[in-house]
Amino acid sequence: MKILKVFWSLVKDAMLEVTHGNKAYHIWMAVLSFIMLFGMYNYSIQLEEGLSATGMTDRVSWGLYISNFTFLVGVAAAAVMLVLPAYVLKNVDFKQAVLIGEGLAVAALLMCLAFVVADMGGPARLWHMIPGIGVFNFPNSMLAWDVIVLNGYLFINITVPMYILIMRYQGKTPNPKIYIPGVFISVFWAVGIHMVTAFLYQGLQARPFWNNALLGPRFLASAFAAGPALIIIVLAIIRKFTAFKIPDSTIKKISMIVTVAAQINLIMLISELFKEFYAPTHHSISAVYLWFGLDGKTALLPWIWTSISLNLVATIALTFHKIRNNLKVLYVLCAMLFIAIWIEKGFGLIVPGFIPGPWGKIAEYTPTFVEISVTLGIWAMGAFIFTILAKTGIAVELKQLVYKKK
Amino acid sequence: MSDSNKKWYSLNLNPSTKSTSCGCGKESGSCDSGNPKDGYDQIMGVPMGRRAAFKKITAGLLIGAGAVSNSCSVVSRDESKEKSAIEWEEYFKGNYKLMTSEEKDKSIDRLVRSYELNQGEKLNMSSKDAEENVLFGYAFNISKCQGYMDCVNACVEENNQDRSSEMQYIRIHEMEDGKGFNFDEADDNYYHEVPAKGHFYMGTQCFHCDNPPCVEVCPVEATWKEKDGIVVIDYDWCIGCRYCMAACPYDGRRFNWKTPEVPEQEVNKNQHYLGNRLRKKGVMEKCTFCVQRTREGQNPACVEACPTGSRTFGNLLDPNSNIRWILDNKKVFRLKEDLGTEPKFWYYMD
Repeated sequence: MKILKVFWSLVKDAMLEVTHGNKAYHIWMAVLSFIMLFGMYNYSIQLEEGLSATGMTDRVSWGLYISNFTFLVGVAAAAVMLVLPAYVLKNVDFKQAVLIGEGLAVAALLMCLAFVVADMGGPARLWHMIPGIGVFNFPNSMLAWDVIVLNGYLFINITVPMYILIMRYQGKTPNPKIYIPGVFISVFWAVGIHMVTAFLYQGLQARPFWNNALLGPRFLASAFAAGPALIIIVLAIIRKFTAFKIPDSTIKKISMIVTVAAQINLIMLISELFKEFYAPTHHSISAVYLWFGLDGKTALLPWIWTSISLNLVATIALTFHKIRNNLKVLYVLCAMLFIAIWIEKGFGLIVPGFIPGPWGKIAEYTPTFVEISVTLGIWAMGAFIFTILAKTGIAVELKQLVYKKK
Repeated sequence: MSDSNKKWYSLNLNPSTKSTSCGCGKESGSCDSGNPKDGYDQIMGVPMGRRAAFKKITAGLLIGAGAVSNSCSVVSRDESKEKSAIEWEEYFKGNYKLMTSEEKDKSIDRLVRSYELNQGEKLNMSSKDAEENVLFGYAFNISKCQGYMDCVNACVEENNQDRSSEMQYIRIHEMEDGKGFNFDEADDNYYHEVPAKGHFYMGTQCFHCDNPPCVEVCPVEATWKEKDGIVVIDYDWCIGCRYCMAACPYDGRRFNWKTPEVPEQEVNKNQHYLGNRLRKKGVMEKCTFCVQRTREGQNPACVEACPTGSRTFGNLLDPNSNIRWILDNKKVFRLKEDLGTEPKFWYYMD
């Protein structure tokens, strides 16, 4: 019962904390709220009209929603890339970053779930999936696996930081015997969520563009580049706007992770391109469409070439210690990498899977205004949730929020 | 599969060694009697912990609040009360393949009644199961097809497909002579007089694979293979994730991107629960080999409508059927056989 009391007190304190801040904070939250509301309004249009309000068709049946979902699973998975060294290798340096990373994972996961729900034709019938009252096609359907691993990961990433925060809130030291097992599970689980999400596509013999053994490992590599890159940017912002101390060395260590992951990702990309273009087969047509366009249909060209240029420049620059250790440049490089991978692992991966169609039909996909608004709304929701989590977490860590025994 | 000698890539056409496992994918027991729960039973009769009960109640409250307030209200008229009650029960009914025949009948009564309340006309809806020793198959004669598309029209009318988006289960590909089966350059959306000179025609639709990838991937088992080999969808159980669509190598599946529209006078009222009954927005649908016709011993609408006789449909397990004659005497082939999907749809030439 005592723990409930502490938790309730933390929630109340957190409510106070997140509703107070300087002008910039209020403007930030107001803007996010506005975008969220606008997204919800557009979602209501989509609910009313059906998915015909989006740019998706029978030919390209997954679009922006599933693209963002795929990418964000990677971001969520990458958060634990920081957890492992921090908790297990006793690398004190990383601890601050970890709390932020796990908050990011929670926000990213909630965005993932929101994107999946937004993509559903019958969101009201989603209870059909709940084991026990619905029918769950486990273990046959990879989507069923994905539902399990994502929700499990969400649970772990809420409970572990929650335990640590509640202990710190009471001024106690968290007991490693309690949270370390959770941390270990979450590390394996993180690899799991991304592999399972890759298998979702990889297992489809109908889509040669996805049906490729490298897809899973490449998901991991790109996620471990994009996720920590985002964390670096977030840490930089937090460092600037709060009293939270994050040493340069932490950021530099994370940038090392980003660099190695980006290099591995690039090697795999080269391997993929070699396979598709050295001896092109019928199965390479999707790749041809993505990289060069087909029959004058070139909608993805500007995107993928932007992505590859950003990716190349960022990875090469990151490789040099001198450039990488200049923090201002590092932030720019991280942003470049993040955008590059968002394009590549997002619609650069999903849309070409459907083009050409099973009978060679080339029908392009352009997201509609409704779709883009809903997408922005979900991103705003993620940022909103993350801001709340991070602000509370930081306040507890800085001992601004302390449990008072009444 | 009970027969361990069965090669994974070959269709078993011999009824005596027919596998005992049914289309629902369960290896043991029967899918009907093994888990005879549905509707209120499937949902409400399950022993559950506090948490499950909680979830259920919340879900019910959230989604059913409107229906309840309507059906309990004293001011609403009887008809609208009945409509709400039907909506409520239909919303909470279970997966068709797990229903007992009694529950199937009840659901069908509700659907028929609902249509009567809305449109004032009676439907004839069946829930007829697959018959013993029947496995449906289809053969398509490429030499004969002239691309008239009568099959497409008949299909749309028979199966109550959405007229506004011009949904069609069948695609007729117009191919150029001398280029072989070149689907990439074929035109499946032509608007000119046929047969066009120097072209030949080939139709595709759902091939009702014996090893259907779409069934494997569905997260809620809303689509499955029936005992007579027809791959069907429970339109009320489908959540609209479109994973099956991505998994189908044959472009056999269609999605209702918006509320389907069929003019009242054109609605085919002879319906089957798994076949041509009216769909709603946000669910998948596809060719069902006209289950409402074929389980009554008729041919599918496309076969009947074809003026050239290029389409043959029949029972693969009946050695005297036309389809078996074609498989035994013609050089037949199937599309994308390398994927291991085992279509029950063969092509041949004279």
